[in-house]
Amino acid sequence: MVEKLKGFLSRFYIGLIILFLYAPILVLVMLSFNNSRSRVTWGGFTLQWYGKLFSNGQIMEALVTTLVLATASALIATVIGVLGALGIHAMRQKNYQIMMICTNIPLLNADIVTGIALMLWFVHFIPLGFGSVLLAHITFNIPYVILSVMPKIRQMNVSLYEAARDLGANAVYAFFKVILPQLASGIVAGFFMAFTMSMDDFVITYFTKGAGVNTLSTMIYGEIRKGIKPEMYALSTMIFVFVFVVLLAANYWPAKKAELQKPVSYES
Amino acid sequence: MINRAKSVNRRTWLSSPYIVWVIGFTVIPLGVIFKYALTSRESGFSLENIVAIFEPIHLKAMVFSLEIAIGCTLICILLSYPLVLALRYLGMGRQGFTMFILILPMWMNFILRILAWQMILSNNGILNFLLTKLGLDALPLANTGTAIMIGVVYDYLPYMVLPIFNAVAEIDEDIMEAARDLGANGFTVFRKIIFPLSIPGLLSGIVMVFVPSMTSFVISDILGGGKLQLIGNIIEQEFTKSSNWNLGSGLSVSLMIFVLISMAFTTKNDVEGKGSAIW
Repeated sequence: MVEKLKGFLSRFYIGLIILFLYAPILVLVMLSFNNSRSRVTWGGFTLQWYGKLFSNGQIMEALVTTLVLATASALIATVIGVLGALGIHAMRQKNYQIMMICTNIPLLNADIVTGIALMLWFVHFIPLGFGSVLLAHITFNIPYVILSVMPKIRQMNVSLYEAARDLGANAVYAFFKVILPQLASGIVAGFFMAFTMSMDDFVITYFTKGAGVNTLSTMIYGEIRKGIKPEMYALSTMIFVFVFVVLLAANYWPAKKAELQKPVSYES
Repeated sequence: MINRAKSVNRRTWLSSPYIVWVIGFTVIPLGVIFKYALTSRESGFSLENIVAIFEPIHLKAMVFSLEIAIGCTLICILLSYPLVLALRYLGMGRQGFTMFILILPMWMNFILRILAWQMILSNNGILNFLLTKLGLDALPLANTGTAIMIGVVYDYLPYMVLPIFNAVAEIDEDIMEAARDLGANGFTVFRKIIFPLSIPGLLSGIVMVFVPSMTSFVISDILGGGKLQLIGNIIEQEFTKSSNWNLGSGLSVSLMIFVLISMAFTTKNDVEGKGSAIW
């Protein structure tokens, strides 16, 4: 009886939190089907915003900027971050700590302070625009890569690399064949983390972008007073559904595989 | 052995691009913001922009930010523990599902989500519509501190749940089993086992929630109706409207110092920095 009540309460509470997290998303999805430009009245069901979305040049441009920015900054941050983490791991205690503190600065600092500091520095040598935003995104992305790769480096078996070298592999070959595969899961996690953070960022982009460049976030912020274009709700809904499907697939396929492997991992 | 030490030593060179990056885009920008903060527009060195935090209008915003940040952190903690325990109780201890429901909302643009809250909470919004349908009184939440609080709790709750969840998921079921066998009731198990073992997660949760909730300016802008100002709003306006970069930098530096001091107290026991990795 008590067990049943506990189970019910647990489910009820999880349900409430899910409602809290998803209520605004539900509102936005509904707005994307609303046949009225007003946010407060329901004008019937329509798919017109989905159609108009693709002919809206401004939104498409912001979408492309956002995606290019996220991809490029995540890729560059991953390369610099993975090499950085490998190097830092090999440092003496003192240098190791200094580098880890520096890595934590962008994470601990408020976004607004990071954004302003970068902007104040950038205006000294480059025009604010896509380039400055890219530099800024790489800067706040690298720590996420380092923090997700570092635990894998600690678990890494260095002897394997040495064995490869002893058997005649050169450093570069051994790096790609022995080191990278051991770090793969951390690298992938770091890349996606960085990509997500870049897609989601508003504050740092806002301060470093200058005029002319817009990501989806800054575009939405600029439209708050005039009213958000309904096409934006349609685009957001599509992105959301796309990620939902991708995450669902990514979560449930490997989960099955992991279950098969479970007994092995428990024994080790 | 010598060979190994040498190869380890050479490996540090791999981090040179990162070191250049850290100096160029983390250390120097901080130096630059300090330079602006410590000079005034007309004359040279001056502390006036740092001390400006104590002017009544700034101090009021700072105190309000602090209230929001402390309140948000506490509410997130209070919401997170029952959630983590419920997930564990239902055997959803595996990461997949929890990560999934918590991360997914982040893929809807956060400004849009906050705007959706504005529609839900506004005086003739969805919440009040439902309340009056149920025969209850409407809640005048629009443009209040409560609305801002709901917004920040909404936005930062996942950052509190995830690290606590990860810490609790690692607790061996056998330990709790043993405690129960020895006569501990549910509350004692929580107080003596689950809570102490979750502290590293809790600490990183506090860091991840406290700082952004204290310094956000978009949420207060949208849900506070532009009347209730957090320190973030004041700093933002110094850069976008008043263009007093020195004052804006001074306030940023004061804010940064304050945040770093309060975080140093929180993470004192967390030297290795392992708490900062929520993933």
